[in-house]
Amino acid sequence: MKITKFLASTVLGAGLLLGAAVANAGEITVVSWGGAYTKSQVEAYHKPWIAKTGNSIKSEDYSGGTAEIKAQVEAGNVTWDLVDLELSDAVRACDEGLLETIDASTLPPAPDGTPATEDFLPGTLHDCAVANIVWSTIFAYDKSKIANGPTTMADFFDLKKFPGKRGMRKGPKPNLEFALIADGVPAADVYKVLATPEGVDRAFAKLSTIKDSVIWWEAGAQPPQLLADGEVIMTTAYNGRIFNAVANEDKPFEIVWDGQILDLDLWAIPKGSKNKELAMDFLRFSTATEQLAKQASYISYGPARKSSGPLVGKFNGKDIDMGPQMPTAPANLKNAVQNDFEFWADNQDQLNERFNAWLAK
Amino acid sequence: MTDVAFKDQMNEAGELLTADGVPLKQKLAITTRRARMRALLLTAPLIIFLVVSFVIPIGQMLFRSVYNAAGSNVLPNFAVSIQDWDEQGLPTEQMFEDFVKDMQLARKNRITGKTVGNLATRVNYEIPGTRSLFTKSSRKLSKVTEGPYKEALIKIDKKWNDPGLWIALKRVTKDITPYFYLAALDYKYDEKGDIVAADELYQIYVSNFWKTLRLSATITFITILLAYPVSYLLSTLPLRTSNMLMILVLLPFWTSLLVRTTAWIAILQTEGMANDILVFIGIIGDDNRVQMIYNQTGTIIAMVHILLPFMILPLFSVMKTIPPSYMRAARSMGATPFTAFRRIYLPQTLPGLAAGTLLVFILAIGFYITPALVGGEDGLLISNLIAYHIQKSLNWSLGAALGTILLIIVLVLYWLYNKLVGIDKLSFG
Amino acid sequence: MSGNQNNGSADGSQNDAYVSFQRVQKSYDGEILVVKDLNLDIAQGEFITMLGPSGSGKTTCLMMLAGFEPATNGEIFIGGRSINHIPPHKRGIGMVFQNYALFPHMSIGENLAFPLEVRKMNKADAEKQVKRALDMVQMGDFINRRPAQLSGGQQQRIALSRALVFEPELVLMDEPLGALDKQLREHMQYEIKHIHENLGVTVVYVTHDQSEALTMSDRIAVFNDGVIQQLSSPDDLYERPQNAFVAQFIGENNKLSGTVTKINGDTCTVKLDDGGVLEADKVNVSAVGDRTLLSLRPERVEIDPTSDMDDILDAKIEELIYLGDHIRVRMNVAGNDEFIAKVRNRGEKRDLKKGQTIKVGWSSSDCKALDA
Repeated sequence: MKITKFLASTVLGAGLLLGAAVANAGEITVVSWGGAYTKSQVEAYHKPWIAKTGNSIKSEDYSGGTAEIKAQVEAGNVTWDLVDLELSDAVRACDEGLLETIDASTLPPAPDGTPATEDFLPGTLHDCAVANIVWSTIFAYDKSKIANGPTTMADFFDLKKFPGKRGMRKGPKPNLEFALIADGVPAADVYKVLATPEGVDRAFAKLSTIKDSVIWWEAGAQPPQLLADGEVIMTTAYNGRIFNAVANEDKPFEIVWDGQILDLDLWAIPKGSKNKELAMDFLRFSTATEQLAKQASYISYGPARKSSGPLVGKFNGKDIDMGPQMPTAPANLKNAVQNDFEFWADNQDQLNERFNAWLAK
Repeated sequence: MTDVAFKDQMNEAGELLTADGVPLKQKLAITTRRARMRALLLTAPLIIFLVVSFVIPIGQMLFRSVYNAAGSNVLPNFAVSIQDWDEQGLPTEQMFEDFVKDMQLARKNRITGKTVGNLATRVNYEIPGTRSLFTKSSRKLSKVTEGPYKEALIKIDKKWNDPGLWIALKRVTKDITPYFYLAALDYKYDEKGDIVAADELYQIYVSNFWKTLRLSATITFITILLAYPVSYLLSTLPLRTSNMLMILVLLPFWTSLLVRTTAWIAILQTEGMANDILVFIGIIGDDNRVQMIYNQTGTIIAMVHILLPFMILPLFSVMKTIPPSYMRAARSMGATPFTAFRRIYLPQTLPGLAAGTLLVFILAIGFYITPALVGGEDGLLISNLIAYHIQKSLNWSLGAALGTILLIIVLVLYWLYNKLVGIDKLSFG
Repeated sequence: MSGNQNNGSADGSQNDAYVSFQRVQKSYDGEILVVKDLNLDIAQGEFITMLGPSGSGKTTCLMMLAGFEPATNGEIFIGGRSINHIPPHKRGIGMVFQNYALFPHMSIGENLAFPLEVRKMNKADAEKQVKRALDMVQMGDFINRRPAQLSGGQQQRIALSRALVFEPELVLMDEPLGALDKQLREHMQYEIKHIHENLGVTVVYVTHDQSEALTMSDRIAVFNDGVIQQLSSPDDLYERPQNAFVAQFIGENNKLSGTVTKINGDTCTVKLDDGGVLEADKVNVSAVGDRTLLSLRPERVEIDPTSDMDDILDAKIEELIYLGDHIRVRMNVAGNDEFIAKVRNRGEKRDLKKGQTIKVGWSSSDCKALDA
């Protein structure tokens, strides 16, 4: 969000004007996805950390990917200190030496003393990145426009039952997974099927059945807008964005959790960051049990620590229980797929090409 | 009295001399040197700017499209030894040892741009699905301390037993590669290292180049149809009125490209103004709203709007210089209005028309932001694919290859155009 | 040819005029008439010039005749046929433009062939005719050149031959020599005149250059303020201007203003404002007491006149300009210090000096009493 950037820079500007009074205070640049998501991080992480340490944060937005990090690291001019990355990007950037390694044992333990390495959910700690949230791609519809709404992923692909336009993320991921689930593949077998050429053909064939009715989106803020504008009757989306539209803007949107694809967002430090120590300090602070739980009260993404779960309460300022809104809530996990970053690391380039070729046909 | 009997003075070589006896040419060179130095000095900032911001980047692009050292950076010793392999069976034990040791060193050093990940990415371009083979194997290789390395590697993953993989490795450890041009033209290497057409399901670039050319031609044609009468009107109106209208034409220039494109989204979307009006006057039903955006139609509409001034301006500037007496002369000689237009007016506007066409077509061919926003799935142009490889997939070499091909297409078209129209005849106004 | 100002006839197509303007009016904005009630008959084969300052309406008349501007009121006839509703390309009128309007993208030959081509003439005939038209202006060697490769005078000739190549009976020329230098202009005047005489076409010629008009025309229509001030032959126009505008516009002219004190048939007596009394030719005054402007050509003024001159006045020499064939003497006569006399250079020693007071005189028939 430009506003947060603006506020952050005004705060910074004011700080500079106050002069060298806080001579030792540093500044780090924290980069995230913008919108409601960055806002939740500013509330839960940035503000308390600034208050506690006297340092300042320059908040920047980006739209994912590792292009900027690669450019900065290769040019030897790293201006980003901490970046909120998707799992597959974090792993790949780490492999290519674009990120600093992070020693997970230095992360703060849970309040009951459980070491961080055990407190974090399985698969959320990596060589170069520490997860803060679990998010998912779901699909949602406008319940004021569809009376008996869809309940399964198969419904999303059923044009007869629910005629109208669909919104989908432009790219093979996670549409191929969705297509297979809609085609009857059990959640657990999705990647096994997708690893075979026949599986890929099957997924594309299923996608082809609705291709003419799809409007493709690219930025996370688009799908709630497409729904609100009536451009589509249902759309895949990041669950937090839909929640935000419902909770903050009173939109009559309903999330369908069936076939949701779970993914992680992780903090990572670009290699050669000029404020590595400070960024590390912020990383440790923000991934503590309390902060992760606090973020979850601003947006419906699940905290990456087990110990944060019980601390998640109501949505900020409103009477909405956050628990059931989490992708990790047991009711929502019934037919969920965990994103396989390795599959995507291996096949992303090829499937992207095929997807683009398929699109252009 | 003045001496009227001036005689040309010559030296032995037959060169003309000045009154002082210096060869005339030499003297002239001295007196013009200052002027030349000054001209050079005045243009120096621009030349430096062009070199830094234009020549060097284009040179880099050309370089990057054929040069990719990920292989030899990560596997320096293996890159040398594998070249002796005859591509029969599997490489020798020595080559395996080099490979394993290079991998171990790369993993240990973790130098940006020289990691196993970089190598994996590079190989994965040519053999999709092998990325994790490299990253996973490299983790396990840290435990391998002694030979035989061939068996050790194959034990980690039996995919290492595949000669095709090693043929690919031999290929990628060469720094200069035609691979990215092959990929950009929908070709690939097969198992044996022969060049074959890519699977039809994965062919996107050639058809997209054609689509880009087709769409650009359509857009150029529509701008001509729209701009010609408007320019004619503008050129014949009194100065004050034509200035007013010119401001309307130029108004889009003063608005951000993004704002204009977004405005088109607001107008053309299914629930947008254009559809609302059509529904309101009853041409279409509320349930049958027309899809006017997020497809080729949207791209064409928005791009025609954005590029229209580039057609109007050169046309207008040429038409303004054509006095009405030409048409009158033709009419007085018995030509019908149409004949007079076709034989007299149209040929004289050709320089402007040609300039506008060239300008619009070349701008359209490289257009990026508008198709990205309103193009939907079938309105994307080649520059969007280039941007995709630069920003998203980070396959800069492929992006560079596509960019170079685009550059070549533009140059060829320019050359053809020069043959047909003559660039010296263009008038950009 | 008569010097009658009201030469046009309103009774239309019955007369044998080839071109006839009848009660033609033109306005561009609905507020100002740039052509006011124009009546003009042009005979077949005649060379008629529309002469006047810019904005006098002469070019507008030409454009109406060519068909590029519609007449707001009235009718124009060619050969007895009203052409108001005939588009320009069907009028069969040749036209020469001020800037020549040679088509820059065509060679000279193509330029000339154009009118024949649109008439669907066969190629061989067209070629012959083009060659003949070019030879007429001695430009046969330039057939393959482009207009831009020719000098102004050469372009002018091409424009002329292009206007004639399809053998129109009527040719319009809109200041065709305006862009040429003096010498070339004079040469072209004779050439156009000769072509006119040889071909016998009707020419309507527009210019603001009076000497051009005098040289070439059978008749000249002097335009001012949308009205024909006088329509006469060149000598009539010069010798017998009908009003002060014409007298002033055509040739050089000395002005003396005064009041009519007596009218005696074709002459009248005028009392100048400074008291002198002169006899003058009565042209455009009607009654005793009328204010009048006396007009006198500089070459008709005698210095040291013989006593039998009708009018003799005192003059003080202000300036002498040596011009080779004659000497211009500027002097103060009856309060007008712009009074010019042209003294022929006969080679004899003349003792004229600046500041000298002398006598000047002229015949009363050379002194025209015009409207004030």
